Amino acid sequence: MGNIKFLQGNEAIALGALKAGCDFFAGYPITPSSEVATTMSIELPKIHGKFIQMEDEIASLAACIGASFAGKKTMTATSGPGISLMTEGIGVAIMTEAPVVIINAQRGGPSTGQATKVGQGDVMQARWGSHGGYPIIAISPSTVEECYIYTIHAFNFAERYRIPVFVLSDEVVSHMKENIDFTSVSLPTIINRKRHNSNDEFLTYNTSDPRGVPPMVDFGERHLTRVSTTTHDKRGWATKNQNDINFLHRRLYNKIMSNREDIVMYETDIDVEAKTLVVGFGCSFRSSKQAIIEARKTGKKVSLFRPIILWPFPDKELKEILRGIKRIVVPEISWGQISEEIKKLVNDNIEIVKVNHVDGTMITPEEIIEKVL
Amino acid sequence: MNTDIKLKYLRTGKLPHIWCPGCGHGIILGAIVKSFDKIGWEKDDIVVVSGIGCSGRTPGYIDANTLHTTHGRALAFATGIKMAKPNLHIVIIMGDGDASAIGGNHLIHAARRNIDLTAIVFNNKIYGMTGGQYSPTTPQKAKASTAPYGNIEPNFDLAKLVKGAGATYVARATAYHIALLEKCICNGFTHKGFSFIDVLTTCPTQYGRLNKMKSPEGNLLMIKDNTIPRSKAESMTDEEIGNRIIIGEFVNNDSSREYTELYTDEIIKKAMNKE
Ligand SMILES: Cc1ncc(C[n+]2csc(CCOP(=O)(O)OP(=O)(O)O)c2C)c(N)n1
Ligand code: SF4
Repeated sequence: MGNIKFLQGNEAIALGALKAGCDFFAGYPITPSSEVATTMSIELPKIHGKFIQMEDEIASLAACIGASFAGKKTMTATSGPGISLMTEGIGVAIMTEAPVVIINAQRGGPSTGQATKVGQGDVMQARWGSHGGYPIIAISPSTVEECYIYTIHAFNFAERYRIPVFVLSDEVVSHMKENIDFTSVSLPTIINRKRHNSNDEFLTYNTSDPRGVPPMVDFGERHLTRVSTTTHDKRGWATKNQNDINFLHRRLYNKIMSNREDIVMYETDIDVEAKTLVVGFGCSFRSSKQAIIEARKTGKKVSLFRPIILWPFPDKELKEILRGIKRIVVPEISWGQISEEIKKLVNDNIEIVKVNHVDGTMITPEEIIEKVL
Repeated sequence: MNTDIKLKYLRTGKLPHIWCPGCGHGIILGAIVKSFDKIGWEKDDIVVVSGIGCSGRTPGYIDANTLHTTHGRALAFATGIKMAKPNLHIVIIMGDGDASAIGGNHLIHAARRNIDLTAIVFNNKIYGMTGGQYSPTTPQKAKASTAPYGNIEPNFDLAKLVKGAGATYVARATAYHIALLEKCICNGFTHKGFSFIDVLTTCPTQYGRLNKMKSPEGNLLMIKDNTIPRSKAESMTDEEIGNRIIIGEFVNNDSSREYTELYTDEIIKKAMNKE
């Protein structure tokens, strides 16, 4: 007998966070993410963890970053309007290298948009949301079980690379209920940030490795930590020195991009004779998967590619499976964002066919099948 | 002043500071590092958090844990640190614009929660760093670079604002009245709960220049002339007080429960019992 639970996506995200060792949550209520906060408010105090409902999303992410520097594994959860407010803090977490996990249960936008209806229009927001330019990590679950597992991955990436990591869920995935069998689910090993444990001199950003991730010291532990949102040198001091600025900027870039093989996750279902490739993620991956099954029943040759990590985008991996492909069908509940990313990768011989909903509903398998050659 | 004491908590490698000659901010920095010494806190246990502005640069000169955040958000970051590690002593340094314009929401909510933080506002009545624009504490009729015809907006009394929001230690001191400043900072540091000190200071470069008072000492003397101690004001009529700003301690209440203590005593205990 397994340990099977019938859970909502948001509950699974919260349980995944706890499994990963999350011991701090700050947030502000918003549909369709609120159940993450509710679950954390019940569970965290049981393990001496801290939960706080802040006055807005700016404060929520700020509190998470503060707690992260005090040694906590932190998470916040929100949706579009809250993400818009969090863009300031996303930049802070990038610049100060604060490990933090941000759940975005996407809803229809722009602005207040559709609180209770699904959207997938925050993909580029996750990539480019804060100013200044930087790489980011975003992971996209499609099932309740994946909400659980991928939230653990998100914490692992945050801790290993000292970076804010998005779990880009959506209203459908966050709100639906499915079984998780906790005895059979395969989980990654939990990763915790590197800490500077010796008595040797500690500089807050002490690494000469241009791809390096400096070890941390929690506030209050043996060595002084100096953190600044201003461009800083290895000591954490604000700097105007061209070499220091260059080194920091390049390190922030390379610590992610030169490790992309370690980060990128994707899934394929290949038919070597296929002329059509369907690329789906999040809740639209569910439609895509069903579309493939149905299309193949009618004798169609079709392949499937699913980016699990949306950022850094699995571009090389996608390119590798394009032999013979004449058409790429990309279902998205937005005007098309991943499809734009794919356009950059392929030449004119391949036609990109966008299947877009902007009405707050899921794309049906039939709408995808129609486009299969 | 004993210079050895000051040097202990000063990050001397960062000096000289970036402030203009005659800026009042350095006087408050001096009072803060002296107060650290008086109370004897370990550097490891102190976290100084600031926002953005001339005042926001202050932690750069303090040898403790420091977190230089974004404009207006220092209290929100500090709340996370305090929740994570309630044993740390957390000092927040803000400008008047920082604390009460862009950060006004965080200010009233930190006060309402009565979380054990010490917030010090370097109140020069103007946006110093960005070139002298009017702030929520700029008096009516005063000039600012964005109020060339005189400011028409009523200004905040930050002490009243924060008192109304629920802070359990509230005081107003100045860069002129050093003894009062050090007393308030020390009392704010040791108070358990949200402590707030509105420090009237000077910005000769922006506020002074735009308001016909260029000399640094003139700006300080204006503070002297325009303020009155609470003890004196209490026995005076409103007319006698006139436009003078009252300085001193306004609230010092030890009976309200502090937020992180309540969290442990109420929430964690109940959650554990439920299990
Ligand atoms: C979100 C944001 N808006 C605007 C600014 C520009 N800015 C920097 S400092 C500052 C005002 C500083 O005034 P104050 O807080 O009173 O501090 P002072 O410089 O007088 O010490 C502003 C508006 C910023 N850094 N961030
Ligand atoms: S601009 Fe004003 S507040 Fe800023 S350093 Fe100069 S005098 Fe001080």
